Amino acid sequence: MAQAEAVSAPHLTDIHSGALAGEEARKQDIRSRWLLSLPAILLITFASAGPLLIVLLYSFLTPGDYGNVVWKFSTEGWVSVVIQRDIFDDTLQLADAHLSIFWRSLKLSMITTLSTLVFGIPTAYFIATRPGRKRDLWLFLITIPFWTNLLVRTIAVMELIRAEGVVNNVLRWTGVIDQPIQMMFTDFAIALGMTYVYLPLMVLPVYASIEKLDFRLVEAGYDLYANRWRCFWRVILPLVKPGVIAGSILVFIPSLGAYVTPRVLGGGKNLMFGNLIELQFGQGRDWPLGAALAITLMVLVMIALIYYVRVSGGNRNQHG
Amino acid sequence: MANPLFARRGFSVKRIPGFTTMALVTYVILYAPILLLIVYSFNNGTSLAVWEGISFRWYEQAWNNQAVQEAAIRSLVVATIAATIASTAATMAALATTRKKPFRGMMGVYALINQPLMVPESVTAVGLLIFFAIIKVATGYTGLVYLIIAHTAFCIPFAYLPIRARLESMDLSLETAAADLYATPWVAFKRVTLPLLWPGIIAGLMLAFVISLDDVVITEFVKSAGQETLPTYMLGQLRRTVTPEVNAISTVLLDAGVILVSFFFMLNRKGR
Repeated sequence: MAQAEAVSAPHLTDIHSGALAGEEARKQDIRSRWLLSLPAILLITFASAGPLLIVLLYSFLTPGDYGNVVWKFSTEGWVSVVIQRDIFDDTLQLADAHLSIFWRSLKLSMITTLSTLVFGIPTAYFIATRPGRKRDLWLFLITIPFWTNLLVRTIAVMELIRAEGVVNNVLRWTGVIDQPIQMMFTDFAIALGMTYVYLPLMVLPVYASIEKLDFRLVEAGYDLYANRWRCFWRVILPLVKPGVIAGSILVFIPSLGAYVTPRVLGGGKNLMFGNLIELQFGQGRDWPLGAALAITLMVLVMIALIYYVRVSGGNRNQHG
Repeated sequence: MANPLFARRGFSVKRIPGFTTMALVTYVILYAPILLLIVYSFNNGTSLAVWEGISFRWYEQAWNNQAVQEAAIRSLVVATIAATIASTAATMAALATTRKKPFRGMMGVYALINQPLMVPESVTAVGLLIFFAIIKVATGYTGLVYLIIAHTAFCIPFAYLPIRARLESMDLSLETAAADLYATPWVAFKRVTLPLLWPGIIAGLMLAFVISLDDVVITEFVKSAGQETLPTYMLGQLRRTVTPEVNAISTVLLDAGVILVSFFFMLNRKGR
């Protein structure tokens, strides 16, 4: 609607007043485009971006006795992110429980990123080197798990690794073990589950990079007596680096904030960042602390995103 | 040609040893758990460990379970309304932000539309929990509208993506031609732009629907008492073990997702 207006306007005006009418039409066009964007702007401001400011506000209030807050300024929420006040003698000490959860989140997110790289790069390379029609099919097979329910895929992993699960049954049946191996409710289970659910997020951007790769450069590498591995490390990998970084960011960020996978596979003890936040709004009844933790998580993710923009921007400059 | 590698038959610069094997292993890893889950949903036995023949009893049990029924209907209602509003808003926004000279502030609009993708879901969920708690106290209303609005907001960027892509692949000349033939802007939009844009809108609608149907985190934080959707109901059912009933529901959700995504791909391919 808006496009047609702008295009048709000059036709209706005579030459003398053309410039003025053009200016008027341009203004009206911009006004109508703002109007068109308005529903999306309002909805997202109201139910996604705006509430983040309320989270920031709540992180500086005092917790109520039964959840919610008391409208009194306090920095206690932020202090409790890393420091714990002893309930008996009021001495301050580092909040070990929180620090170990932060460390677990960071560690498991890095392990997940690394293992998705190990499986993801060969898979992306495999897809990108298939001939046309087949390539679409292989790619489609990666996208299907990507769009299927994350909870369902997590349940599928649970079926595999629990005490009476498939892996333990097969191992017992073949006589490798007598007692089932406890895999559920461990850090291993969380890392495995996250690798499984986030793997497509790694394959897709790496594939997009490899697809654009100019294989004449690889050929040049062989002509200069490089062997296969040297060609891979020194020619292919540097050229697809933007895709590898994009994939790593796409896996790392949701891993850091993961909630469903650690809740299902980690149980009540092996918490990650997302579960710690939820705990404050449930049993913990410390909304300001939960709000401060949420803001902390958001800032960490922002740092990762800014790093990504910088690195990918820098790369673009290098290649002109 | 002195390179000994070239002397061998069938040399390809594209081959890297082990990569094909690794890729095939990845595909097996991706699909084996899902397929096992589907197979076990048809298991006649109560214990998941032992195979006791094919049956539909878990599907029947899930179908007759009132809690499951209510959750399924709630999921469908929320996803349908949220996806419809989201794709309408996304279509309007895409029309305003593509193909023409950027206006001042357009980058801001673009960033705002993509904002839900930038912030971890658990953080947005906390924001909505607090914000809606304030409104619930102030108004006393605790209905389904909160869930629908929350879902609509995070569905917008997903609906926007294919619609914008479709618009960018259409050029303006047809609409210009319509205007030259004295079509009013509204007629030009209805008769030229919209028919060309439909595949993109449908694709956006379906993506939004799938995203809404799958959501756990935001729903878990926003829902009032008794407002379980299918995924939050399943999450609540997971204690020490997975019940076969949950497997059956999972399989149904899985199938629905696969069908919608396949359809989405077909639409996109036709569009090209």
